[in-house]
Amino acid sequence: MIDAIRHALGRIFFFLRSSKLEKDFSSEMTAHLELAVEENLKLGMSPAEARRTAFLDLGGVQQTKETVRDHRGLPFLETLLQDLRFALRMLRKNPGFAAVAVLTLALSIGANTALFSIVNAVLLNPLPYNQPEKLLALYSRTPQFPTSSISYPNFLDWRRDTRTFSLLAAFRGENFNLTGMGTPERVEAEMVSATFFPLLGVRPVAGRLFFDQEDQVGAAPVALITEGFWKRKFASSPDAIGKSLALNGTLYEIIGVIPRTFHYENNNFQSNSEMYVPIGQWNDPLFRDRRVGMGMDAVGRLKPGVTIDQAKSDMDSVANHLAEVFPDIDKDSGITMVPLKENLVGDIRPYLLVLFAAVGFVLLIACANVANLLLARSTGRTREFAIRTALGASAGRVVRQLLTESVLLAIAGGALGVCIAAWGTKAAIKVLPEALPRAEEIHLDPRVLLFTLATSVLCGICFGLVPAFKSSRTEIQDTLKKSGRGGSASRHRTQGAFVAMEMAMAVVLLVGAGLMIRSLAKLWDVDPGFDPRNVLSFNIASSEPLGANPAASRAIFRRLHDAISAVPGVQSASLQVGSTPMSGDSELPFWLEGEPKPASQGEMKVSLMYIAQPDYLNVMRIPLKRGRFLEPSDNERAHTVLVIDEQFAKLYFGDKDPIGRRVNLSIINTTAEIVGIVGHIKQWGLDSDSTSTIQAQCYLAMDQLPDSILAAFGFGTGVFARTDGTPMATMDSITRALEKVNSRMVVYGTQTMTGIISDSLAAKRFVMVLLGVFASLAMLLSSIGIYGVLSYVVGQRTNEIGIRMALGAGRFTVLRMVLGQAGKMVMLGVVIGMVAAILLTRLMSSILFGVSPSDPLTLAAVAFMLTAVALFACYIPARRATRVDPMIALRYE
Amino acid sequence: MPDAKLDLLQGTLDLMVLQTLTAMGSLHGYGIARRIEQVSGNEVLLNQGTIYASLVRLQQRGWISAEWGTSDNNRKAKYYSIKKSGRRQLSQDAAYWRRLSDVMKRVLAMSEAGGKA
Repeated sequence: MIDAIRHALGRIFFFLRSSKLEKDFSSEMTAHLELAVEENLKLGMSPAEARRTAFLDLGGVQQTKETVRDHRGLPFLETLLQDLRFALRMLRKNPGFAAVAVLTLALSIGANTALFSIVNAVLLNPLPYNQPEKLLALYSRTPQFPTSSISYPNFLDWRRDTRTFSLLAAFRGENFNLTGMGTPERVEAEMVSATFFPLLGVRPVAGRLFFDQEDQVGAAPVALITEGFWKRKFASSPDAIGKSLALNGTLYEIIGVIPRTFHYENNNFQSNSEMYVPIGQWNDPLFRDRRVGMGMDAVGRLKPGVTIDQAKSDMDSVANHLAEVFPDIDKDSGITMVPLKENLVGDIRPYLLVLFAAVGFVLLIACANVANLLLARSTGRTREFAIRTALGASAGRVVRQLLTESVLLAIAGGALGVCIAAWGTKAAIKVLPEALPRAEEIHLDPRVLLFTLATSVLCGICFGLVPAFKSSRTEIQDTLKKSGRGGSASRHRTQGAFVAMEMAMAVVLLVGAGLMIRSLAKLWDVDPGFDPRNVLSFNIASSEPLGANPAASRAIFRRLHDAISAVPGVQSASLQVGSTPMSGDSELPFWLEGEPKPASQGEMKVSLMYIAQPDYLNVMRIPLKRGRFLEPSDNERAHTVLVIDEQFAKLYFGDKDPIGRRVNLSIINTTAEIVGIVGHIKQWGLDSDSTSTIQAQCYLAMDQLPDSILAAFGFGTGVFARTDGTPMATMDSITRALEKVNSRMVVYGTQTMTGIISDSLAAKRFVMVLLGVFASLAMLLSSIGIYGVLSYVVGQRTNEIGIRMALGAGRFTVLRMVLGQAGKMVMLGVVIGMVAAILLTRLMSSILFGVSPSDPLTLAAVAFMLTAVALFACYIPARRATRVDPMIALRYE
Repeated sequence: MPDAKLDLLQGTLDLMVLQTLTAMGSLHGYGIARRIEQVSGNEVLLNQGTIYASLVRLQQRGWISAEWGTSDNNRKAKYYSIKKSGRRQLSQDAAYWRRLSDVMKRVLAMSEAGGKA
């Protein structure tokens, strides 16, 4: 072993000094021969004979030098360096070829690198928390929803009863009005358990985290701020600790700063939150109501050695126990647990995998293209290889030299590709940020670079191998005789096969992209049940209750409505709380009058609840089907009325007339009379509404909310307004009008309804755009491929075409002959591609909408488009063939 | 003298070079080659050139050293001499070869006896 190391070191040492040793050895050879000649002369030979014998005994100076070189340094490395130098020289001699090959590879390796960096960050890397595999997301499970928000009393009992979690933490998003620090502003905040940050392993960059005793009602208000907020408001000064924040008029003492590297993503966690307050201090009566989940989720850390299955059975028994103690509320509900990473990236995984497969195809096409370029070039180099072989190079040696060239090309392409990827990844994330979880974690890390290097080398070997083997099997005699214009029928066949393969893969990608475009087009055609055009959605909030008492609240709600409606450009407006179309849901358990009250909340019927003003129907243009909608007379003095949607009527009344029937509303503790039926809206998204569990929808008048519930909306409300056009432009006037009503109010979260719908399709759009880019790239590359091959073939057949034309073949005949040859390749590729597409696109059926994976229209359109583009690419070389001058062509013979 | 010269077994040339250097002291490449040819009674098939590959190998292993010097008749030549570690290696290898040739001798003797029976 030691000997082997010493030998290796010796070789490296000799390798490093090889040029000196080379000279040294030459002198040694000279000395050797002189000594031998001298001795031979002494033996009585003639001078000529003495020299000859000396050379013979030595066995040849060059051969000796070769043998010694092989033993001396690192012959492998020396050959490699030699090959590299030669490869560089060859590429410099053909800058056009080198540029096309490197660019082709750079584009495809760049696309692969970009996508891998996304896959790496989103799917492969562990979450950036302490021991992330021990973390689980927890939800309440109800008969309607597998992942529903948790009521705080239930959460406290889970935490008390669990034996498998070392820590459980709850969180919910909240918005506060921040005052006393410049202009009042609306800040996003998160209410979290004191255990939340320790559980994730987050340490403050300044100050401390929450104490457990601060996480309960009555404790002094304290807050943590983010590093960003710390910098923005306090210039990162340590003095910030101990200062106060006025949130909704309450003073919170700042106790610590959360590092900017901290990110958490979940439905009920606002990743833009700038501050955190203890959730246990919140004493809102609804929040403390076991029946109500106020948008609160939880996360837990398993005790060491506990498996997920053990945790599941433990939490099942916790839930069963609660069901026994609170049968009217917790019967039939349970606890859902999902590994945190799965919870975060589970939805996006199929999309990313489809894209990754697509971009892999692009790479294969690029490889086939470069292989074809190399094949064409190696034909021109046949003579070079024949000479090399004649001079004693083995087939392996020739293959090795060619592979060095192709790997060099690939690595150059890869290096350029990394630059493209760095830019492309940023562009992709910027264009479509909503689509990706963990987007801030995406960057080119060592694993990505390693991936690129491996991909490049592998590509280089792949696309270099076929041309290299073809070249190494040259018939020396023939080639040298033919002066380098070798007959190459088998090479044409190989090139044709490559082109057909490229075409086939381009078909698969185009079909994939086409299916996504069709899906999105179909989705945009889906009627959401309301008219989203020109509708604005925004929120208003105040740091103090809008009204001092329920009556004052109702009065100000009406004034807000009137003020907004009076703004020029606004056609109608309505305040709205509860569920908001396509962006927030709020459920109301109920039972029909005349039925016995169900024993538990889980057995009650459930409807989505929209609390609105009478103008809501005009704003959203939801069609009224029967009866009437809410009217201004439906106020706190009149008896409570309810408007239901068609699904509600169908599900719970069937053929019977619902109008005039009464419904008992749990939580609100009221009985309401149904007065009208309106159209159903697609609350759960354009694609998945019909499969969601809660279909029924109902509308309550804002004025008729009982005092207790009204208090919960006292600080703010959502608003919808229909405008004449360009909704965003009207927003300034609306804001000014609202300031006149109440100057302490803040307007935030302004969106158009069209924007909300568009965001709901973000993931599909992300896939569509990227698949579109990849498919275009594929089409471009394969067209360049067929163009290159055909140009080459036409060039090779110039003589033949010249002879044909001399013998009377017309231009059209020649054109048809050349295009016919191209057409065969294209057709073969398209047919194979169609079959492959039908098989492969099945894998993406889960992300399609309203279109079958083997949609005939898409397939036909793709086949037509690709054939047209490919034949256009062929037309240029084909036309050149018809311009062949028979005289010139024949003169070369 | 047999028609064909003996082919050198793998590794034997290195041993011969080490032994020659031990016996003769410092010597140049040509001298080593000639010495081996003489001792073997010209029975060994030796391209003198192969000596140099062996000399490189032995140098890389640190068993011999080389130095430019002048020959008896005033010619510049590279002189090789064995180092301490080379002597140690030589004694190991020599022991191995003696054992091997003993064994071979006995094995071949057995084969002849078997042939007669």
